[in-house]
Amino acid sequence: MKFLYKTLLCSALVAGGAVSCTKDLDLSPTNSITSDIAYKTPADYKQVLAKVYGSFALAGNNGINASDLAGIDPGQADFLRLFWNAQELTTDEAACVWNDPGIPDFHNLNWTAGNVLLSALYNRSLFHVTVCNEFIRESSDEKLAGRGISGQEAEEIRRYRAEAQFLRAFQYWVLMDLFGNPPFVTEKDPIGKYIPPQIKRADLFAYVESELKTAEATLAEPRKNEYGRVDKAASWALLARLYLNAEVYLGKGQGRYNEAITYSEKVIKSGYSLMPEYRHLFLGDNDVDNPEVLLSINYDGIKTQNNGGTTFIINAGINAAMNPSSFGIPNGGWGGNRATKNLPLRFGDYSGKKDKRAMFFGQKIEMEDPSVFTDGLAITKFRNVTRSGAIVPSSGNSFSSVDFPLFRLAEMYLTYAEAVKRGGTGGNEATAITYFNKLRERAYGNASGNVTSITLNDVLDERGREFYWEAHRRTDLVRYGLLTSGSYLWPWKGGVKDGRGVSESFNLFPIPATDLIANPNLQQNP
Amino acid sequence: MKQLYQKTVCFALLLLLGNVALMAQGTVSGKVTDEHDGSVLPGVTVVVKNSALGTQTDETGKYSLSNVPAGATLVFSFVGKLVKEVAVGTESVIHVTLADNSKELSEVVVIGYGTQKKQELTGSITSISSKDFQQGNIQSPEQLIVGKVAGVSITSNNGQPGSGSTIRIRGGASLNASNDPLIVIDGVPLSGSSLSGAPNPLSLINPNDIETFTVLKDASATAIYGSRASNGVILITTKKGQSGTPVINFNSQLAVSKIIKTVDALSADEFRTYVETNGTDAQKALLGSAKTNWQDEIYRTGISTDNNLSISGALKSMPYRVSLGYLLQNGILITDKMQRPSASINISPRFFNKHLKIDLNLKGAQTKSHFANQGAIINAVQFDPTQAVMDESSPFGGYFEWVTKDDAGKATLNPNAPRNPVALIRQQDNNGTVNRSFGNAQFDYKFHFLPDLHANLNLGYDISKGSGTTFVPEYAAQNFTTKGQNNKYLQKVNNKVAEFYLSYAKDLKSIKSNVSATAGYGYYNNATKNYFYPNFSANGEIVEGSQPKFAYDIPENTLISYYGRLIYTFDDKYILAGSIRTDGSSRFSPANRWGVFPSVAFTWRINREDFMKPVSALTDLKLRLSYGITGNQDGIANYSYLGIYSVSSNASQYQFGNTFYNMTAPAAYDQNIKWEQTATANAGLDFGFFNNRLSGSLDVYYKKTKNLLNTVPIPIGSNFSNQILTNVGNIENKGVEFAVNGTPIAAGKLSWNVGFNVTYNNNKITNLTAVSDPEFAGNQTGGITGGTGQSIQIHSVNYNTFSYYVFKQVYDQDGKPLENVYADLNGDGVINQKDQYRYKSPFPKVMLGFNTQLTYDKWSLSTILRANIGNYMYNNVASNFGVRRNILNPNNILGNSTKDIYNTNFFNNRYQSDYYIQNASFLRMDNVGIGYNAGRVLGNRMNLRINATCQNVFVVTKYKGLDPEINGGIDYNLYPRPRTFVLGLNLDF
Repeated sequence: MKFLYKTLLCSALVAGGAVSCTKDLDLSPTNSITSDIAYKTPADYKQVLAKVYGSFALAGNNGINASDLAGIDPGQADFLRLFWNAQELTTDEAACVWNDPGIPDFHNLNWTAGNVLLSALYNRSLFHVTVCNEFIRESSDEKLAGRGISGQEAEEIRRYRAEAQFLRAFQYWVLMDLFGNPPFVTEKDPIGKYIPPQIKRADLFAYVESELKTAEATLAEPRKNEYGRVDKAASWALLARLYLNAEVYLGKGQGRYNEAITYSEKVIKSGYSLMPEYRHLFLGDNDVDNPEVLLSINYDGIKTQNNGGTTFIINAGINAAMNPSSFGIPNGGWGGNRATKNLPLRFGDYSGKKDKRAMFFGQKIEMEDPSVFTDGLAITKFRNVTRSGAIVPSSGNSFSSVDFPLFRLAEMYLTYAEAVKRGGTGGNEATAITYFNKLRERAYGNASGNVTSITLNDVLDERGREFYWEAHRRTDLVRYGLLTSGSYLWPWKGGVKDGRGVSESFNLFPIPATDLIANPNLQQNP
Repeated sequence: MKQLYQKTVCFALLLLLGNVALMAQGTVSGKVTDEHDGSVLPGVTVVVKNSALGTQTDETGKYSLSNVPAGATLVFSFVGKLVKEVAVGTESVIHVTLADNSKELSEVVVIGYGTQKKQELTGSITSISSKDFQQGNIQSPEQLIVGKVAGVSITSNNGQPGSGSTIRIRGGASLNASNDPLIVIDGVPLSGSSLSGAPNPLSLINPNDIETFTVLKDASATAIYGSRASNGVILITTKKGQSGTPVINFNSQLAVSKIIKTVDALSADEFRTYVETNGTDAQKALLGSAKTNWQDEIYRTGISTDNNLSISGALKSMPYRVSLGYLLQNGILITDKMQRPSASINISPRFFNKHLKIDLNLKGAQTKSHFANQGAIINAVQFDPTQAVMDESSPFGGYFEWVTKDDAGKATLNPNAPRNPVALIRQQDNNGTVNRSFGNAQFDYKFHFLPDLHANLNLGYDISKGSGTTFVPEYAAQNFTTKGQNNKYLQKVNNKVAEFYLSYAKDLKSIKSNVSATAGYGYYNNATKNYFYPNFSANGEIVEGSQPKFAYDIPENTLISYYGRLIYTFDDKYILAGSIRTDGSSRFSPANRWGVFPSVAFTWRINREDFMKPVSALTDLKLRLSYGITGNQDGIANYSYLGIYSVSSNASQYQFGNTFYNMTAPAAYDQNIKWEQTATANAGLDFGFFNNRLSGSLDVYYKKTKNLLNTVPIPIGSNFSNQILTNVGNIENKGVEFAVNGTPIAAGKLSWNVGFNVTYNNNKITNLTAVSDPEFAGNQTGGITGGTGQSIQIHSVNYNTFSYYVFKQVYDQDGKPLENVYADLNGDGVINQKDQYRYKSPFPKVMLGFNTQLTYDKWSLSTILRANIGNYMYNNVASNFGVRRNILNPNNILGNSTKDIYNTNFFNNRYQSDYYIQNASFLRMDNVGIGYNAGRVLGNRMNLRINATCQNVFVVTKYKGLDPEINGGIDYNLYPRPRTFVLGLNLDF
């Protein structure tokens, strides 16, 4: 009736040539909010911070079928799955039987700028950067003052802001490592009609370095932050990783091994310690009593569901014949990824009886047919069960609650060792061997695997045994000059059974064609 | 009833008189002339009433009839003229003049906010009335005019009961906004949104209640609808009460639907041979021993009935019409079923000495559907035919499923395998009910002091409630991970319309002019309330993590409009029309909210000119020229100009410490988003000869859409996504339409009508980016099945929209495609994405429609044929299944293939090969029917008509897949369109 009355009134007004009734055109969504409401209280800031972190855990905001980004199936659109594929399938550690677009290109080392998974990864990293930029913009001192947030609460939000800075630096490190010369946007750039400029790899190196050093002052002391959030040690670990790879980013002879030693040692002495049992690092309850992991991507089979992340790593790594229940995913097992023989053979005895890090399944080590899952050994390292073997519950019994270790202390031991072997000063060989043996002792359960001397190649092999399937391998092989070369081969490298060398240009992924088209400021990598 | 009785008695008396008159005989002759100008009329049919005696007038208009019984009555009939009856009496020479059938000549056509005489139309408008509708088992109103209108393509979405159609008028004007025309029922525009639980929103309208369809095509006709008119407008008027004796109509139909053709999957024997020949031992071991044709297992013969009863008449002087309908439709997919009871009431009272006319229309309908799980359709193609449907040892309700057994013999479902098609259907119970009511009250007041001025108020509503449940038992394989399913949904739609306009029409005889003016206001509000529920397992337990964050959402949009139109006619020869509309939409920011949509048109009635007078055969000749601008804002999100944050669902939280936090995330937006605009120029010629015995029209048009609402890739980092909906790009559509209708034979009891129409339309993208960039390949679109995130089509500048973007297949000497060998189109020695090219598009260049009806006495025979030429299809069924890797599947299962594998022998899927882009031009006989008008039956109490119709009679095509007519041009999982046999009877009391 009110509606009828209004219509008649409006009609009468129109007939009389009077004003229009147009305020009905101001509508707003029922359940969404504007930025002023999103950042009203410190608690609101924390929910946005959840997105600042959640952007590398999940593909979107609304369950497993939603994605922040278009052009890719939401099940494949999360950061970790894409990053893992790019870092592992390109190497001796993994080959995938699936024929999905983009997948075979990785192990064949013949991708193009049109590869959908590479553009999805690139988009995801830059989306994460954009989310961080927005948070940094909205948490400036002026904004906080404008919203009446001060004192301890403002301090807390400044810490969030430093964490956003860290995460942005982390994603720029990913972009620098994988794509070299990505577009560059910061909190100073607008949202909307803006065309980001391209940044050179070396300039990005300097930016990441300075950002991490700026953020460090505000970050929590090591082991003093909440689980899942960044502290100073995580920031030092990223710096150490950055410095260790400096020659790749800055050019031959531009190594920064001294700093790699400095920062890895800072982490080593920061109070973190090794998880007593290696396998516990990759279980469904690795969020409790975990002294080793500096920063993880957190998942939960009920509250943080997706088809990427560790759900992908576990499901794609086993098939139904491997008793999925023992992996905590009774309804899972997608049968996709398994290792080439190089990985088990690196252990010598790969039964797991000596070096307990060797966790394989299967009979056939040779990969005769790249489309047969049982050709090559499956990896049983990640399991969605507790230390006592209980299945961690999940919706549909196929999602994982395993948190993915993005940085852990063990990496710093080997970073120290490698930097020393590469001629860095400030450290020494004896300490390097001690650190090296700490990992060997944990692996063997005693000193029987200890070594008395190490070569540079020993460090790479040790990294291969310690960090397999943890998304390090491509970066490591590039640093050692082995990713594309004909001097180190693995089955089906370059698309042939015995492996072959490919062009050095495959050390870097191309800038995706989608963004080359959309962003006229970009030039393709050489 | 008394009137009915009187009518019967009179009729009986007449028959009696006719019999008496047979006594005496003589010869009668004479001449027939045109009352209008005195010219002679050749070919006039002259018959003696109630006898077989008859003749025709000769070239001089003369006739002669012998053996005419004394006291007989002669009946003179001619197309376009009123039938005249003359009692012979004692006369032997009878000259007759025939008057124009003024009803036909002054046929009135509904236009936006008014009506216009057909002769004086300024726009490109086609009107189809109920007598010309498609016959047979019509479940959804738009099917009534398939193939009848040049420039209009109506493609049924599939063979599901009550499934909707995609309607395109003169091609699509948009890429990402809606391409659907605006549909206006009795002056009330429909919102166009879909309804949960109904196969399609139009399916809730009983086709039997529809009187006319009027299609507005050019801007002169549509611009009065402004922002919603870019894709054309369809005006539907429903049947109204008529004064006079009550007429009762009952019609009943029985329809039998049968599947014509299934996908050409390998038979069990072919499949077994293939695996035995090519498989490994492990794969051979997977073979079953059955011979199952899975497609036969899921299809059936569907029996349907449709019954409708209507009464129309006048209560005192108030016309009314009441109708009831009940449709029961069984789909050809087992368990698929739809029931639709419907009712409608119309009353049209007049007050104040007919100064106030009120039209009240109320319609209500309910659809109750049982939806069969359509996932079974494609699984029936790909499921191993050597496996039996049932498996006694299966824990999944006794149905065979692909499992892996562990050492203990425990069966685990293979997550990568397709599910048993029969189980998918039988183990899912999905019911939906939609209750819908819509109607309007239209008040038209003719001012007492100024009768040339009308005030018109139209208030309309459209409310519906859709709800449903889906149940899957705990043991079913399809929802095994969630222990079955027991989910529900609920949606309430509340759309409101109010329009008010003043219209003024005046004949100014002194200056040979007529002026007609209209000015109005419109308010349209569409709000839908969607309720959210958690997912439940079969036992009613909530699936963890599925609790919704919000109880409901109410997407809403409002449109406010002002419009006006002026039509000036001079000397009945020259007509100048102009209209303007301004629309404000809640979808845009206040700065961009208002759009202005003008049009102008000129019509020259050439046949009214003196110099055309000598051409006596010419009834009508008219030239129409028009230009106008329309807009589009439908089909895009409601709040896309707002920078908003949304809070994540409970399955998407992030853990800090021991607490999980819902994530607040920003969304990408373009605050400057605004109207898409289409400018249309149209030139048309309408013609009619021999009193419109032959009539038709020819139109040429040019449509240019700018500021396309287009989802485009944006530089990543500049917004919260890699794509955004924004205004960028232009499309043009050019076309020619020709339609002709004629009556080659109209001689006594024999008459033959023919209608033919042809449409040529070609679209082209002329710009896609804000800055011109020759390197820009285009926006990929057209997602296909296979792998993930693959698309097969592209929007590129200088090409058709939705062109296929593929690699050029290379063939061997025998014409077999070579696997993974493509032409190096750019000649750089490398085959990569730069060698993809644009090849054909899903849109036909030419569409043809043909209908004809032959009537002899009480019998009639009719048919409708339709052809599309130049449309191509991506055969996604063949590209996804027709490879060795699908049969000898690495997922430890066997999967069926199409017979295409014998041609390609492909090992792996080659989705992007142009081999799979196939010519889908076709000729389809939509309909062939025979009717018998038994006349008065059952002691003269009623008139009986009986008809038998076959729908979807045949298709002639080169296309290798199931059906060449699929919207969007990607063939996968199509619910097959059955062939339907319909027997109908129609009774008028």
